[in-house]
Amino acid sequence: MKFAYAFPLAGLAAAFATAAQAETITVATVNNNDMVIMQSLTSAFEEAHPGIRVNWVVLEENVLRQRLTTDIATDGGQFDVMTIGTYEAPIWAERGWLVALDDLPEAYQEEDLLKPVRDGLSHNGSLYALPFYAESSMLYYRTDLFEEAGIEMPEQPSWEEVREWAAELHDPANQLAGICLRGKPGWGENMAFVSTLVNTFGGRWFDEEWNPELDSPAWQEAIGFYVDLLGNYGPPGASSNGFNENLALFSRGNCAMWVDATSAAGKLYNPAESQVADRLGFAPAPVAETPKGAHWLWSWALAIPASSEKQEAAQTFLTWATSQEYIELVGETQGWTSVPPGTRESTYANENYQREAPFAGFVLDAINSADPTDSTLEPSPYVGVQFVGIPEFQSIGTQVGQTIAAALTGDTGVEQALQNAQRATARTMQRAGY
Amino acid sequence: MSKTRASGRTVGGLRSLSLQAPAVTLLLLWMLVPLGMTVWFSLQRYNLLMPEMVGFAGLENYEFLFTDPALWRAMGNTLVLVGSVLTITVVGGVLLAVLFQQEFPGRGIARVLAISPFFVMPTVSALVWKNMMMHPSNGVLAWLAGVFGLPAVDWFSALPMTSIIIIVAWQWLPFALLILLTAMQSLDEDQVEAARMDGAGPIAVFFYITLPHLKRAISVVIMIQMIFLLTIFAEIYVTTSGGPGLATTNLAFLIYMQALLDFDVGLASAGGVVAIILANIVAIFLVRLVARNLES
Amino acid sequence: MTTLKTKVLPADGHLAATSSGARARHTPLVPSAGMRRVWLTLLGWGIALIIFFPILWMVLTGFKTEAEAIADPSLIFTPTLESYVAVQARADYFKFAMNSVVVAFGSTLLALLIAIPAAYAMAFLPTRRTKATLLWMLSTKMLPPVGVLVPIYLIFRDLGLLDTRSGLIIVYTLMNLPIVVWMLYTFFKDLPRDILEAGRMDGASTFQEVVYLLLPLTLPGIASTGLLSVILSWNEAFWSLNLTSSNAAPLTAYIASFSSPEGLFWAKLSAASTMAIAPILIFGWLTQKQMVRGLTFGAVK
Repeated sequence: MKFAYAFPLAGLAAAFATAAQAETITVATVNNNDMVIMQSLTSAFEEAHPGIRVNWVVLEENVLRQRLTTDIATDGGQFDVMTIGTYEAPIWAERGWLVALDDLPEAYQEEDLLKPVRDGLSHNGSLYALPFYAESSMLYYRTDLFEEAGIEMPEQPSWEEVREWAAELHDPANQLAGICLRGKPGWGENMAFVSTLVNTFGGRWFDEEWNPELDSPAWQEAIGFYVDLLGNYGPPGASSNGFNENLALFSRGNCAMWVDATSAAGKLYNPAESQVADRLGFAPAPVAETPKGAHWLWSWALAIPASSEKQEAAQTFLTWATSQEYIELVGETQGWTSVPPGTRESTYANENYQREAPFAGFVLDAINSADPTDSTLEPSPYVGVQFVGIPEFQSIGTQVGQTIAAALTGDTGVEQALQNAQRATARTMQRAGY
Repeated sequence: MSKTRASGRTVGGLRSLSLQAPAVTLLLLWMLVPLGMTVWFSLQRYNLLMPEMVGFAGLENYEFLFTDPALWRAMGNTLVLVGSVLTITVVGGVLLAVLFQQEFPGRGIARVLAISPFFVMPTVSALVWKNMMMHPSNGVLAWLAGVFGLPAVDWFSALPMTSIIIIVAWQWLPFALLILLTAMQSLDEDQVEAARMDGAGPIAVFFYITLPHLKRAISVVIMIQMIFLLTIFAEIYVTTSGGPGLATTNLAFLIYMQALLDFDVGLASAGGVVAIILANIVAIFLVRLVARNLES
Repeated sequence: MTTLKTKVLPADGHLAATSSGARARHTPLVPSAGMRRVWLTLLGWGIALIIFFPILWMVLTGFKTEAEAIADPSLIFTPTLESYVAVQARADYFKFAMNSVVVAFGSTLLALLIAIPAAYAMAFLPTRRTKATLLWMLSTKMLPPVGVLVPIYLIFRDLGLLDTRSGLIIVYTLMNLPIVVWMLYTFFKDLPRDILEAGRMDGASTFQEVVYLLLPLTLPGIASTGLLSVILSWNEAFWSLNLTSSNAAPLTAYIASFSSPEGLFWAKLSAASTMAIAPILIFGWLTQKQMVRGLTFGAVK
């Protein structure tokens, strides 16, 4: 090789070498607000860790779950970081699809993570995903309407009381519904709420032998209550309203009360997105017979599939995105109400956060008291407050969700609906070998 | 040169086959491989989430599917959905094709507007209809009803199937319109003029000249749309999730709920085979109905 | 008794002058042809606008803020580009759009290339098998994609086709091929045989026959078929979401990222969708120009 060519070639080789050092990881995530913010702060990450570039795949929750499951189960290797929830994490960890996160750096402060959330993402004592965001559920209400009607919100409202208030405040002539609740069928839509309702009325999905109990008296009572409450004092079209639709309704001032995810608090409190930001009150989710399982626990977390070839870079990203520093970064650049909630004690100890987010204390209490391993009055064999941690649950939950929506619209009676639900669930469980 | 029969039809033979070869071979592969695998999987116990439970299952998956009380309801819904949308789009398509064939100022732009619903992604269409048009509180239709002093219709709770039919028909009308309009291009003006000179009114012209000319195009529209309509999924998923109850659950959604959510590949494959059989039955029925129009 | 007229058969198929002249001489006896035109215009535009309205609404919503988007429907609002800015900041439209363009047009071209000979053969050289082949082709589309996701995913993974444009092009070509063949077949069949025979008798080879006679005469049909194939590929939301991740993701993935499970997103989704259908709208309008009426037949020299 002639000497004249050697230098430019060497230069080229050097250029390639540095370029080759930059690893690109593909991160798949849900398109919730918090994740969108994380995506927008990518440059901060890439600056702090030159040599790692991030590619994003952002999808809606159910599509994402399907996409990721397909990939991880077939060893597709398309993603290096996956966003999964407390539902998938233990299931996938059990199957060996996720990398165990046992050697996290000291600076990460693992103990700072809220315990229920940590436990929800662990399997056999090892942590398999780092929580990015967590939520529970609570009651939102309109302080102005309550004041006008002379109602005072107690520290722990009961469902009976909520029903009375809904009846009093319901004003369809003025487009005001007494209460807004989820009605759209789906294991993560209406069933997330309905499960907590059933829990607090003393019911459970399965007994200790895994027999479904959907036609039990507790279920009858809970669903009967739900259909009555939402049917009489809910907004029109309730059976196709999910979280988003109810959020829109409440923001516009069409609901007097709403029981749903704590993540809505930040949005409802933001005057740019909500017309009722100045008339907003919070209370713990209502209870009936038992406080157990009355509010749910859900966390979105980042995990590394075992099929990834860039596990180290992926872990660097994980620890960055779920660290205290990240939370502070969001607080400073986006505002403290946009901070991803529910993951660390330190967030709630932060003065800035406490000041800007008056609901913070509620949320922390709600998350700390939501125990996925003990969420029913009578003991149950499953993990999960608003879901059952078995792979069959997505199908079961959606089918049952449909029957309940039918009860809500009056297409079927409550008893008949629950019988249908019981039968469908039993069938699916039998097929799965339980 | 090519041989010609007295009827004017040329004998194809080898030349014909060689021209068709690329298309046929590719489709053969495309069909056999996935189809073969689907049939194979349908006889297996194969769940992505439970890789250890693999084994030959025989007709177990099919048994499970056919003992589902929801299956017949789902099939019925599928047929209702397909039938209604086909009727609306074909009738509407023909009438609109005639309309847009007439000369009037701005016809070109009006045409593009009329076929634009087909450009929008089905999920987006469904979301727009659900939340911006049909929403009982803040939808356009509710507002319109208010203007006339009528109560707002709670579309998805009271008339779920109708709502889905409206959305799907709205999406597919442009498809029918486009094909029929294109077919109208080849309508012989001479014939129309001759008929007019003989004193035929517009309605007679429509029934005796236009409609027969469009027969082939109509049958194509029906066949192609049927294929798509049988597997409508996105619109249902986004609006009603198959509910309330089973009111809007069609076969595709049922398979999704029973099998895909569980990642039960075996059951999903069995569902796929059932779907193909249903599609073939419907196709045979439709072909009998319009068969004679395949030959000119 | 049919009138014999000499018609012009230019390659681009524009309306020949003689035709309209002839029509004018035989104006129908319905009075007030002007009134008729007015009615037609009203009806045509009225229906077009009614059909277009939901899309118009969507486009307008893209110019609202999220709060306005969920408010009572109103045509009066202060337009803002806020949503568009947010959308573009979040995802690079051009990368997705480029993928969509390459995949949709690539697969359409490929499908047309394969389908034209096949449709030609079926329309003009029919055999006993033709009808059966056509039906069989259509039946390949009856398989719901959800059932074959896993097998195809595995095959693509092994072939290294995951997250590549070529992989998607292959899938879409195969997906659309039956439809393209069917539609071309239909439009080809509408051509009177005389013309092609005339060409053949003049000594044209098959290739010349196809390229110089067939294609120009059936241009509206090919244009419509092409348009439909492009749209079907453009909006296909199952394979495009499952077989791609970051490199080859088309606009369907772009839009899917704005349909949020938690949070207000109507304005942003509307903005994103408007951007997604804009190229198609333009393409659609261009192909409409190919559908100028006036292809004339029955030419008897």
